[in-house]
Amino acid sequence: MSRHLIEIKSVTHSYVTQTGTLPVLQGLDISVAEGGFAAVIGPSGCGKSTLTRLIAGLMKPNSGEVWLHGEIVTSPRSSVGMAFQNPVLLEWRSILKNVLLPIEIVPKKMTRSEAEDRARHLLSLVGLAGFEDKRPSELSGGMRQRASLCRALIHQPEVLILDEPFGALDAFTREDLWQIMHRLREEEPFTGVLITHDLRESIFLADEVFVLSGRPAHTQYRLKVPLSKPRQIEQLYRPDVIEILATLRHQIEIAQGRATGRSESMVT
Amino acid sequence: MIIQKIAIPCIAIIIFLSFWETLVWVNGWPKYKMAAPSDLWPAFWEFRDLFFYMGWDTLWRTIVGLLLAVIFGVALGMIMGFSRIMRDALYPLLVGFNAIPKATVVPIVALMFVGAHDFNTVLIAFMISFFPIAVSVSIGLSTLEPEYRDILRSLGASRMIIFWKIALPKTLPEFFGALKVSVTLAFIGTNLMEIVSPHGRGLGALFDSGKTNSDYPLMFAVLIALGFLGIFLYYIVVVSEKIFAGWAERES
Repeated sequence: MSRHLIEIKSVTHSYVTQTGTLPVLQGLDISVAEGGFAAVIGPSGCGKSTLTRLIAGLMKPNSGEVWLHGEIVTSPRSSVGMAFQNPVLLEWRSILKNVLLPIEIVPKKMTRSEAEDRARHLLSLVGLAGFEDKRPSELSGGMRQRASLCRALIHQPEVLILDEPFGALDAFTREDLWQIMHRLREEEPFTGVLITHDLRESIFLADEVFVLSGRPAHTQYRLKVPLSKPRQIEQLYRPDVIEILATLRHQIEIAQGRATGRSESMVT
Repeated sequence: MIIQKIAIPCIAIIIFLSFWETLVWVNGWPKYKMAAPSDLWPAFWEFRDLFFYMGWDTLWRTIVGLLLAVIFGVALGMIMGFSRIMRDALYPLLVGFNAIPKATVVPIVALMFVGAHDFNTVLIAFMISFFPIAVSVSIGLSTLEPEYRDILRSLGASRMIIFWKIALPKTLPEFFGALKVSVTLAFIGTNLMEIVSPHGRGLGALFDSGKTNSDYPLMFAVLIALGFLGIFLYYIVVVSEKIFAGWAERES
């Protein structure tokens, strides 16, 4: 068992709104091993996006601590890569220049030509070879999302934060991108946190799934995914996997307050 | 393709001029009611030196006013785009200021700075044209999706870097859209000053002397000359838009 690269320790956070304070996270605990991949699922509006902003250091929790690689996160750090549901590519740059954007910000780890080689390599890994000089507007939604994954990885981040990156894509494109994520994981040594609404996606991509409760969120349930690697889409149709999906579905219903049942954490 | 781009507007202008000529000819209007295009050329030719001299006065003062409007408008737009408080504070003032007809401001400005004709004219051109620029820049900046900021902020980029790399280029299409409106507004401003507070300079003054001498073809010729200058400046903006914000244009 390797040590934990990401550790979220009893984090509590609330927003101040016009009508009062709105607690979103309440004693949240999540830990991800180095090189691991965690999926976080939960009902809508339960504070999943707040979680990504906390890990990225874009904001500080009211109480509790977020640890990255043995240091408390208090501000943004270049060892993090992010991708959102909206690919947010810059329309005035070519795909290659979009991927290279983080290199212009973070302290130089590589020369410009090394970075360019790396960008081309990443783009070919996700199947975008030959599109380097195209503008984002010339690409389909799935292709833009692939380019945005390359941008999130170009500066060799330790942590990759994915906030529903495949949420706006059609089912088949999404499955393509799941496979691409596995290909990227084989080549790149990042530790991943994926926020998603898609139970199958969480199982297919992650080593461990965290179910958050309704607002204010704490970790209601955690599950080690028992699928072997390399993962195949077909695995998702196995009876035992379907049973896991049903368990997760039930946990979501508990989180939504629509079902009762055992909701204490299954901490391993 | 390029030939088509030049030919179509030219043909459209020729059709428009012949329609105008025919209209005047069919109705038998006298020159004081409506001059025909064929009357304009002699009027222009007679005063061609004045046209170039006055036209230059109008042109440079418009351009200076417009440049000031760009600098001030962008600065104001940035302030309002980045700060909610400043936006709430400045918007009503700005809208109120813009609602005042500038023709009424002309005599005030002319009195305030008696004799400073260049300054007055530039000032009015500036006052009438900065509003669209300020509004569009502020809207462009304040509607920047938070994700755009987050991709750079999560890497530790400063506000300045985020502005240069993302906010500024993303606002350029809106900026140029506003600039196209401001170009024509600035001309209106310059001419307001030249006509309402005559000081013998600019195309507005030429128009005014046409009026005094009942030289109607001259008045019409001035209007056409203003139109030409307007088209000239407008296309300068179009070309710079192509250079700096061509990416916003979609194929087809």
